[in-house]
Amino acid sequence: MSELALMKGNEAIAEAAIRAGVDAYFGYPITPQSEVLEYLTLQKPEERTGMVVLQAESELAAINMIYGAAGTGKKVMTTSSSPGISLMQEGISYIAGAELPCLIVNVVRGGPGLGTIQPSQADYFQATKGGGHGDYHLIVLAPASVQEMADFVDLAFELAFKYRNPAMILSDGLIGQMMEKVELPPQKPRVSEFDQSWVITGKTPDRERNIITSLNLDPDLQYEHNMKLNEKYNRMSEEVRFETIHCEDAEYLLVAYGSSARICQKVVDVARGRGQKLGLLRPQTLFPFPTRELARLSRQMKGIMSVELSNGQMVEDVKLAVNGRVPVYHFGMPGGKVHSPDDVMVAVDENFIGG
Amino acid sequence: MVDVERCKGCEVCVVNCPTDVIAMSEEVNKKGYHYAYMKNPDQCTGCTNCAVVCPDGVITVYRVKQK
Amino acid sequence: MEVNEIIKEENLVHRRTPLMTDAILSYCPGCGHGTIHHLIMEVVEEMGIQQETIGISPVGCSVLAYDFMDVDFSEAAHGRAPAVATGIKRLWPDKFVFTYQGDGDLAAIGTAETIHTCNRGENITIFFVNNGIYGMTGGQMAPTTLEGMKSSTTPYGRDAMKMGPPFKVTELVAQLPGTHYVTRQAVHKAGLVRKAKKAIRKALEVQKAKKGLAFIEFVSNCNSGWKMTPNQANQWMEEHMLPFYPLGDIKVEGKLVRDFCQELMEQTTEVK
Repeated sequence: MSELALMKGNEAIAEAAIRAGVDAYFGYPITPQSEVLEYLTLQKPEERTGMVVLQAESELAAINMIYGAAGTGKKVMTTSSSPGISLMQEGISYIAGAELPCLIVNVVRGGPGLGTIQPSQADYFQATKGGGHGDYHLIVLAPASVQEMADFVDLAFELAFKYRNPAMILSDGLIGQMMEKVELPPQKPRVSEFDQSWVITGKTPDRERNIITSLNLDPDLQYEHNMKLNEKYNRMSEEVRFETIHCEDAEYLLVAYGSSARICQKVVDVARGRGQKLGLLRPQTLFPFPTRELARLSRQMKGIMSVELSNGQMVEDVKLAVNGRVPVYHFGMPGGKVHSPDDVMVAVDENFIGG
Repeated sequence: MVDVERCKGCEVCVVNCPTDVIAMSEEVNKKGYHYAYMKNPDQCTGCTNCAVVCPDGVITVYRVKQK
Repeated sequence: MEVNEIIKEENLVHRRTPLMTDAILSYCPGCGHGTIHHLIMEVVEEMGIQQETIGISPVGCSVLAYDFMDVDFSEAAHGRAPAVATGIKRLWPDKFVFTYQGDGDLAAIGTAETIHTCNRGENITIFFVNNGIYGMTGGQMAPTTLEGMKSSTTPYGRDAMKMGPPFKVTELVAQLPGTHYVTRQAVHKAGLVRKAKKAIRKALEVQKAKKGLAFIEFVSNCNSGWKMTPNQANQWMEEHMLPFYPLGDIKVEGKLVRDFCQELMEQTTEVK
């Protein structure tokens, strides 16, 4: 049975994790997402589903605990925020290289460095273009509401296990902290129905020993492995998800995700109220990026603007998709400051209608 | 019994043998290592010291058990 | 009797354990890693736990340990093996989980993971191979390199004033209540090899009885890194490493059995 609740985005992730039948959570406190760990320890999920919750000694340790447990085929996750996610990059690269499924949630805060604790979207590059070393990609989901925070947990695991790849939910401090009504998913049992031939749970007589590794000293083998990964990432393009708002007859397009998309929804309403034909494309997956949809939409637009809480990161992917057909602008406030609908409206007027 | 191709000629067995049985051969195996062999097989007591200390697990020991 | 007459199935006294794969070990001739690998697999064979055993290999010479030991294995990032082991053991408390780490892995980059995993008393076994040097990367200084010992990054000998003195991590973890069995062994002499095997057996029994963390340090040689022959290296190790890293049990059944505090109190803390 699903139920309604009023909760913070962070709490929704935690509750959704228990209900998705997650086997373990290994994390470390960092603002603005410590509520996830706090909620989990308070809920005593070991009594509800037998889920393991452990506060590790650092994000480094947490991601490596994930790596270990993921190698045994269990559903495991962690949450952190920008500086902590930076620490995890080594582990993430290893997980991607060893092709293990898991979920990492980044509740982004202003950076770089220790930064601030206010929300930001300046980890887009880190999430979608690598972050760690090597040729790999994460499946990146971008929730824009507390409901999506909850829904994306199960979706992320579904995709992670389908492709044997780490998945990331790229949230931000605003969505993590805000409270909204959410319909919680029903409790799923902690059972894995997927191909278990590769897991390390002890070598039984019917098979060779399994080895979870990303090491391949033979360059030919490593080449093959990288080609295989690449083919996998190409296949992932069929998992793209996005939302279009008022795009059917739009002449100008905003592209935004997460909190910025919520703000842009208001901007579109105001613009439409004024008679301006503004639309919004809200990617729900940042990898795979809705390149095809954006390319299609760009044919009917006179101008496109990427609105992000940063100095412009997603705008590069927007430009690649638009491929020079129409001008592409960026607007956004970096460093933890959040732009208001009015701020965006000013930019829209300057760049589109005015310019 | 020495697995000649596996032996790397480290000589740790030689030093651990209490009855001076083992020596390194003049010949080399396919990898170019001088491998161990029983120079004085009659002196062997089957104590397994050599096998136990060998890093590559090259030696198999047989001993006629006294009744 | 002729040698050929003795070689018969019923006279077999010792053979290479089948739990080691057929691959030829990639370690240098005479390296302790090989002996230790064989011992661990012999104990796993004797306890009949191959099907429940999961090993975690480090970064270092033994990164390829999974090619030689026939049990399920995970490769860990440098120093992170104890965290990887925690992740596995917390979800599979009845499996036998061990880490196999070198001195750089465990006592340099992995110090935090080592200490916290020991402090939490995770029910795993840590096999720590200490040869006072970084073998795989070409012989650089390790946290356990002795004072005055030459390495590729201390070509004039380790200077304690500049680099600090060597680090006894085993004594450190013995102080943590989470460790149940802590011991230091060696494998260069047959008698010591047999003792080491008993220690490994004890460690895995501790895991079976869920009593806490078992930690075994093996003081070993690195003839390539030390630039000596295997026997010379073993000799050197006896003369120099063992006095500083004394062999024997340090903690048994959760109680310290060697008063190294007294040793520390008698030592001057002044770095010369």
